[in-house]
Amino acid sequence: MKAGLQRQLPLVTTAGIFALLFATAGFMYAGFFSGRVLVNILGDTASLGITAVGMTLVIFAGGIDLSVGAVIGFTSIFCATMIEQHGWHPATAALAALAIGAALGAMMGTLIQKFKLPAFLITLAGMFLARGSAYWISTESTGIKHPLYDRLSQFEFPLGGDLGLPLTSVLLLAVLMIGYVLAHHTRFGRNLLAIGGNEQSAVLMGLPVASTKIVVYTLNSVFAVIAGLVGILYTGSGNPSLGIGLELDAIAVVVIGGTLLSGGRGHMLGTLLGILVFGTIQSAMLFDGRLNSWWIRIVVGSLLLVFILLQRALARGGRRA
Amino acid sequence: MAERSSSLAWRRSPLVWPVVGLAALVVLNVVLSPTFLRISVIDGHLYGLPIDILNQGARGMLLALGMTLVIATGGVDLSVGSIMAVAGAVAAVLLSHASISLPVVLMAAVGAGVLVGLANGTLVAGLGIQPIVATLILMVAGRGASQLISDGQVIIIKNSAFGFLGNGFVFGLPFAPLLVIALYLVANFVLRRTAAGLFIEAVGDNEMAGRFAGLAAARVKAMVYVVSGFCAAIAGLLATSNVRAADSYRVGENQELDAIFAVVVGGTALTGGRFLLMGAFVGALLLQTLTTTMYNLGVPPAVAPVPKALVILLVCLLQSEHARRWFKGLVTRSRS
Repeated sequence: MKAGLQRQLPLVTTAGIFALLFATAGFMYAGFFSGRVLVNILGDTASLGITAVGMTLVIFAGGIDLSVGAVIGFTSIFCATMIEQHGWHPATAALAALAIGAALGAMMGTLIQKFKLPAFLITLAGMFLARGSAYWISTESTGIKHPLYDRLSQFEFPLGGDLGLPLTSVLLLAVLMIGYVLAHHTRFGRNLLAIGGNEQSAVLMGLPVASTKIVVYTLNSVFAVIAGLVGILYTGSGNPSLGIGLELDAIAVVVIGGTLLSGGRGHMLGTLLGILVFGTIQSAMLFDGRLNSWWIRIVVGSLLLVFILLQRALARGGRRA
Repeated sequence: MAERSSSLAWRRSPLVWPVVGLAALVVLNVVLSPTFLRISVIDGHLYGLPIDILNQGARGMLLALGMTLVIATGGVDLSVGSIMAVAGAVAAVLLSHASISLPVVLMAAVGAGVLVGLANGTLVAGLGIQPIVATLILMVAGRGASQLISDGQVIIIKNSAFGFLGNGFVFGLPFAPLLVIALYLVANFVLRRTAAGLFIEAVGDNEMAGRFAGLAAARVKAMVYVVSGFCAAIAGLLATSNVRAADSYRVGENQELDAIFAVVVGGTALTGGRFLLMGAFVGALLLQTLTTTMYNLGVPPAVAPVPKALVILLVCLLQSEHARRWFKGLVTRSRS
């Protein structure tokens, strides 16, 4: 019982911090305590959140992917250019982007797995490749005017009252759901955690380590493309510099959610809480108006530190027990 | 280092590949534009593309110097770009007060970088946090701190003496690369003529064995991050001085990646345990030449990451035992 509680401690801590942050912001700023703010948080963090779900899976397996932000930028400008200048249907463009993303992810996964190359270096190359290609397509951002986009961006999932969930948030929740099921209710998810815990043991146990690792990088890139598509909906345009630095925010969200960065332990619900914490800080800054955007970097950095120290303490305590 | 490389056949020296790559790039450039290597003297100062490459590459070389030592201990320092921004912001803010003299400003800026390096070192060596995570924290928070220091503004620097750092000439040669080469010589002397280099390699190779041999492993580990912070702070001063403005948003952006790239291209393995200072120097030079080549070819700067990525992948594959074995297997299979 005690061990179980201890394992959930990071999750409980994150939940506590979220509640504390939200309550503090609620007392400090009039009108913060509302469903509208919560809905906005989910909307503003949709791209980041979807990326964080994929990142959680990669980190479960002890890996890391620095290319996701660049993939978002590539998706954004690729779709915009194809739709606006080449007359593609948005769905065709989206499918093509998904295929390209999957190919990039599979390539990175294969290089990491087959040639035992460090993940951060290969995905760094992937980041250069995707970002450079994005600027290759166009260095300017392009607005998208297509009836389908107008309809999609006006869509709202009714929540009762005058509240509605925009499509971006619906997609975030859907991806979170998929991520949750994948991580905690499938063999694939258990394999990921086993690989992250101890890859050697996973191999000796006869788990399909190679294919699982390649699939998780592929899946992560696909999620990044989805995040890019959400970004298009959110901004209504294609921008090659969309998502710069987002990979680090995504990693921060995952770690704040209590997932061990060295792999092998974590929970998808933690990532949801991490997203909420990140979104709350962001919204509070907007509400305040006096605080500048750079404070979010300092606060996120400090939170990262606190959570990693917490993890260290837990790991040490666990070993002693 | 000299003793060791002479005992190896020259073909096996890890320096060969980066040097060959650099030579190939230079040849390509000369073919593309025969004036590439031309150096002219204007007002007693040397000008020309090779001088430009040295001048613009100085910051990368300096970051690569610190990064080499960090990587040799098996770590990595992602915060160098942010440290550059912090140092630049500190210098710019202090310079706007006329009462503070330049040496004090420079010392404060470098001190700020050393402080961030010390924080990195404490997190890694003292608290045992993975280097990639520890320096990620400082990378995120450091960027925020530099924006806080400069109040989110781009600060224009009017001090002409400060401008000398990044734009000055000594005996007709640009000052920045001379400073960097001097630092490399000092580092090489300290690391190879004393036991310091050996300590660093011992920690990177097998930390526990090093500790059992009586090595203060934690102190060595902390020290390399401090050195990296020192180098990054000076690089930040060079960058700020070069454009005579401190832009805390853009200074040092993606520089950590370039520094890691230079070190890896230079033949230092990311797993730690050995390092090649000269390799990092050549690696950084190669990277800057690659950038200049792309300008020469008319590739827009924004697209430059694509060829860079391909070079990284190629170098990684060349260095990987597994990849070599796989290629060998492929060749023998196709022959039979």
